[in-house]
Amino acid sequence: MAETNFRVVNQPVRKKDAMQLLLGKPAYVDDVTPHDCLVVKVLRSPHAHALIEEINTDIACKVPGIECIFTYKDVPQKRFTMAGQTFPEPSPYDRLILDQRVRFVGDAVAIVAGETEKAVDKALKLIKMKYQVLEPVLDFHTAKDNKILVHPEDNWRSLCPVGADNQRNLCASECGSHGDVDAVLADCDEVVEHTYHTKACQQAMMETFRTYTEIDHYGRLHIISSTQIVFHVRRIIANALDIPKSKIHVEKTRIGGGFGAKQTVVAEVYPALVTWKTGKAAKMIYSREECQIAGSPRHEMEVKVRVGANKDGVIRAIDVYTLSNTGAFGEHGPTTVGLSGHKSIPLYTGNLEAHRFAYDVVYTNVQAAGAYRGYGATQGIFAVESAVSELADRLGIDPVAIRERNMVREGQIMHAYYNELASACALDRCMARCKELFGWNEKYPVRDMGNGKVRTAGVAMAMQGSGISGVDVGSATIKLSDEGFYNLSIGAADMGTGCDTILAQMAAECLDCSVDDIAVFGADSDASPYDSGSYASSTTYITGKAVEKACAQLKENLCKIAAGMLDCGVDEVEFAGRAVRKLDGTGEVSLFDIATKSMCGNETSVQATASHTSPVSPPPFMVGMVEIELDKETGQVDVLDYVAVVDCGTPVNPNLARVQTEGGIVQGIGMALFEDVTYEPTGRIAENSFMQYKIPTRLDMGKLRVEFESSYEQSGPFGAKSIGEIVINTPSPALAHAIAHATGVWHRELPITPEKVLWGIKKGQA
Amino acid sequence: MEIKLTLNGKPLTAEIDADTLLIDFVRAHGCDSVKRGCETANCGLCTVLMDGTPVLSCSVLAARAAGHHVQTLEGLQAEAEDFVGFIADQGAEQCGFCNPGFVMNTIALLRENPDPTDDEIRAYLAGNLCRCSGYEGQLRGIRAYLDSRKGDA
Repeated sequence: MAETNFRVVNQPVRKKDAMQLLLGKPAYVDDVTPHDCLVVKVLRSPHAHALIEEINTDIACKVPGIECIFTYKDVPQKRFTMAGQTFPEPSPYDRLILDQRVRFVGDAVAIVAGETEKAVDKALKLIKMKYQVLEPVLDFHTAKDNKILVHPEDNWRSLCPVGADNQRNLCASECGSHGDVDAVLADCDEVVEHTYHTKACQQAMMETFRTYTEIDHYGRLHIISSTQIVFHVRRIIANALDIPKSKIHVEKTRIGGGFGAKQTVVAEVYPALVTWKTGKAAKMIYSREECQIAGSPRHEMEVKVRVGANKDGVIRAIDVYTLSNTGAFGEHGPTTVGLSGHKSIPLYTGNLEAHRFAYDVVYTNVQAAGAYRGYGATQGIFAVESAVSELADRLGIDPVAIRERNMVREGQIMHAYYNELASACALDRCMARCKELFGWNEKYPVRDMGNGKVRTAGVAMAMQGSGISGVDVGSATIKLSDEGFYNLSIGAADMGTGCDTILAQMAAECLDCSVDDIAVFGADSDASPYDSGSYASSTTYITGKAVEKACAQLKENLCKIAAGMLDCGVDEVEFAGRAVRKLDGTGEVSLFDIATKSMCGNETSVQATASHTSPVSPPPFMVGMVEIELDKETGQVDVLDYVAVVDCGTPVNPNLARVQTEGGIVQGIGMALFEDVTYEPTGRIAENSFMQYKIPTRLDMGKLRVEFESSYEQSGPFGAKSIGEIVINTPSPALAHAIAHATGVWHRELPITPEKVLWGIKKGQA
Repeated sequence: MEIKLTLNGKPLTAEIDADTLLIDFVRAHGCDSVKRGCETANCGLCTVLMDGTPVLSCSVLAARAAGHHVQTLEGLQAEAEDFVGFIADQGAEQCGFCNPGFVMNTIALLRENPDPTDDEIRAYLAGNLCRCSGYEGQLRGIRAYLDSRKGDA
C-alpha cells in the first residue's frame, strides 16, 4: 500500500460552488443568458413510424412574432450521431436534424423560432401535417431481421466495426468468449438459467436539457449549454450543420444534473440551426414532458443468464446474452451493451473456468436511448447478481457465502474484463464490513412481524470502470498568477458531482497549498485544454492524473525562475509550497515574488498543460445490502435500511463520494421499485411527466449508511479509482433478492411494483 | 392586466397577461433562483413564499399574487445563510438546481417548527425532489444546524 497520508486529498472539503448554489445565485443556462432571445420549440410526431407527405407552414409563419419555421427540407442531408463519444464514434451516423421519415412518437418534425413562447406555441398548432403512417417496430424481440426497417436509408453509416447493419435493424452485434462455456456448463451440478428485463429509465435530472446560441463578434456560433461534453458538442454540431468546427465555440455553465443524459447532444442542434440560419440569438428549453419522451434514457435490455456451479457453490461458468433496445437512433447503443457482460461476469472471476458474452442491439420505433449512469453495467449486474442469488437459493448456500467463495480478488486476471488485472480490489473487505455493519446474519432470515408484514434482506455486489481504456483523454492547465494563487483550467464538466473541487484538491496537494489558492475554470472548447468530457467515470481517474502531471511540470518551471532569482543552479533549489528555497538553506524566494517576477522581464512559462490517458480502466467495487418490510396483503415494499461499502480507491473527497453513493443508491431504488416506462399500442410513452414517472422522494427510503473500504490504485491519482456510476448498480438485484426471499417469487422484470409483488404472491398460492 | 404586489419587500406594479404564471413573473423580475423542474406541480423547485406560506409558483397565476407579499430566495439570503453552510459541509448541495426550492421550504419549516424531528423534516420537505443527493446529506446538514443551535442556547 502506498502513501495515504494526504493533506488536502481525502479531506471532506466543501464544494467550491456550494454556497452560491445553496443561496440560489444565477448559475445555469437560463439564468446567465439573455431572456430576450428567440424562443425555439420543436413540433413532434404523433406517430411511431411515418413518412411526411406534406408540411404546410404558411399560416403558422404568419403568427406575429414568428421568426422562422424549419422542416426536413431546410437541413443538411449528411447523417450524424448525437452521441458524445470520441471520434470515430461507435454510435452509427443515423440522424438528420429533421428527417422526412419520423421514427418514434415525439420525433422532431419542425423547428419553430419566435419572439415569445406564446407566439411559438400558437405557430406549432397551426402547422398542417400530412403523414403516410407506416407500421412501426415496437417489440424489440421482433426487431432483428424484421421486414420493417427503422433505417432503410442509403446514407446511414457505421464508422466502427461494431456489427451494425441497418438492413437488419441491427445497431451492434458481437460474441466473445473464454474457455468452452457449453462444456463446463454441461459438467456443472447446477445451472440456473433465466432472462431479466430492465426498462428505459429516465435520468430525470432536475434541470431539463437546455441550450442558448448566438453569433459572437467574430461571426462564430457561440453555444452555451448544459452539457457534460463541450468538445464533443463542437464536433457534433459541426457535423449536423455541415460547417467547419473552427466556426463553433462551446461552453458550459453550471449543470443541473446530468447522469449521462447530457452526454448526448439532445437539445443543442435546434437553437444552433436557428442561430446559424438567422444570425439571431436563440434558446431552447426542454419541457419535462420532452425529457420523458424525447430525451436519452437507459437502454431497455433483456439479459439472459446461465450460471453453472458445483454443489459446493463453486461458480464455474457464466453465459450471458443481452438484447438491447436502442430505440429509433443508435446513440450509445454499441457501447452500453458491452458493459452488461464485461462489468457483471468479472465479479465472479474467482473460480470461473469459462464465460461467453454475446449481444444484439436493435433499432425499434420508440424513443432513442442514450447514456445513463451505470451505462449497461446496471442492467447486466441486475441479471447476473439475481441469477447468482437464485443459484445460492437452489444450492441451499447463504448468498453472502457463495459470493465470498467466488468473488474476484486482488491480483486475479479478469478474463471477462478485457483480461485486465484486478490491481486494486477490496471487494472481499467490502463484503466483510458490509455484513458486519448491516447485521446480515440477523436480518436475512424472514421475520414475520405479526401484522401481515415480513422483514428480510437482500445482497448484491457491483463493479464499474474508471474511464474508457486507451480512449479517454483528460487534460489540465495550471498557471501561477498574481500574489501566488493558481488558475486550474479543465475541459471536464462539473455537473454537480464536484469535479472542480476534487481536481483543485489534487492540485493543492501537489502544490502544497490550500484549495482556496486554486481558482478553477471549465469547461470551454476555446479556452480549456482538451478533455473527452465527464462520463464513463473518468474525471477523477483520468483528468485527476493530468492535474498531477501538470503540477509537476509547473513546479519545474517555478524552480527555474527561482534559481535565476537566487542566482544559483536549478538543481540547487526545491519547491516548498509558498516558496522555492535553496537546498542548503541559504536562501529562498516566495511564490508571491516568483509570480511578480513572472510578469516582468521573464521568458519562462508559469503555465503548464498536461494530458493523460490510461491503457487500463481499474474497476471500483462495492457491496450493497438492503433490509425491507414487505406487506403481504398489499405487496408494498418499504426500504428500511440500506448499507453500502465501496472500494473507489482513495476517496478524494469523502463527503462528495458519500453523497454520490447515497444519491446513486436512491436512484437505484427508484429503478428497482417504481420507475416504469410503458408504451401504449401506438408507441406513445405513458409516463410522460413526474405525475406518472415516480422518482424517489424523501419518504421512499429508509436509513442509508455508507462506508469506504479503500484499495490503492497505483495508476490513479493518489490511489483513486472512480465512484460516479457504480453506486446505482446494487439496489435492483439486492431488492429483487430480498423480495424473493420474503415471498418465494423471483421478479425478473423491473420495476417490482406492489401490484407485481402481490400478483406473484397470489400466483404462488394458487 | 395590471397587478400590484410586494416582491421581496419592494412594492411593484406590473402589466401582465392574465395567464402569466407566478414563476415566469418572478423570473422576469430578476428572481432567477426560482426554478422550473416539471410542469405538473411535482418537484417543488419553484417554491416561493406568499404571505409567508410556501406555494408552488408554477401552479399559481401571477394575478393571484396581486395584493400579496411574495418572497423568493433573493429576499431571504440572511435567513438562508444561517443554515445552508451546514448543508455545504455535507456536500449535499450537489448540482444545486433543486436547492432554492428546498431551502425556501426549509425556511418555512423552521419558522413553523423551530425544532423538528427527522421524520418531521422528511415529511415537510417530501414535495421537494432531488435527483443527486439521495436526501440523506441534506437531512444531516439540517440536523447539524439544529444541533448547533441547541449548543448555542
